[in-house]
Amino acid sequence: METKPRLLTTLDFVTIILLAVATTLVFFFTPIEAVMGNVQKVFYFHVANAWVGMLGFMASAIAGIAYLRTGKRSWDIVGMASVEISVVFLLIAIVTGSIWARPVWNTWWTWDPRLTTAAIMELIYAAYLLLRQGIEDPDRRARFGAVYAILGFISVPLTFLSIRIFRTIHPVVIGNSDPSAQGSFDMSSAMLRTFMFSLLVFSFIFADLLWHRIRLGHLADKVEQLKLKVTQ
Amino acid sequence: MLFLQQGPAQTTNYMIAGYTVIFGVILFYVLSLYLRHRNLKRDLDTLQELENKTNT
Repeated sequence: METKPRLLTTLDFVTIILLAVATTLVFFFTPIEAVMGNVQKVFYFHVANAWVGMLGFMASAIAGIAYLRTGKRSWDIVGMASVEISVVFLLIAIVTGSIWARPVWNTWWTWDPRLTTAAIMELIYAAYLLLRQGIEDPDRRARFGAVYAILGFISVPLTFLSIRIFRTIHPVVIGNSDPSAQGSFDMSSAMLRTFMFSLLVFSFIFADLLWHRIRLGHLADKVEQLKLKVTQ
Repeated sequence: MLFLQQGPAQTTNYMIAGYTVIFGVILFYVLSLYLRHRNLKRDLDTLQELENKTNT
């Protein structure tokens, strides 16, 4: 395993600083929403977490296509890494959404189209991680992962568009909310800037974690190969 | 109920819970990456030692 690249160390530091700035902006720069109060501040990172979730699933589908075209094992590692990170971040988005919903909707959970499609998407990709572990042959596992990631990606636009297609109580951040939406609010300039900055920061977090996870995948591969060599 | 009141609702506890989840889960994941990396590195060192012994 090569030593940690300098660029990755720089990215680590930049990401930590950006996250600290985003957190400061959320707590000290954005105004308190007039109706919902402080819980609305969860919004900035809640959406950013969901963004990372969808970004990673898209990356895994692209990596899946690249693997099927080239057969390079590296693409399988990228796909696997993207899914793992996105499952974690989507889980955060779902849990924080539930925490936000409690005071605003008066319930922790409701089978609203957005919540339902997000939960299904999370389960689809959690199953990807579980099912992969059951396949011993690395080539078969990679082929399965690639096809699964491509097919699983159907759930991403479905989740994204669910609040625009179906009648829902979940607010739409960009665009017009359904009249029955509860918890929507007009974003002030400070709110919008912090929101956009949070999306950027979480994109950095995704890139940083993805790089680390890919390195871990390569190391695991090396150990696996050496194990086979030693035991033969 | 929230929309019938005067002024912002007292929802600070929910905000704290939300950010605890966000930072808690991210930290947990970063820790898991670190631990997995450390364990694999140990495995690699052991296997390399074994390989060297079999070669000599």
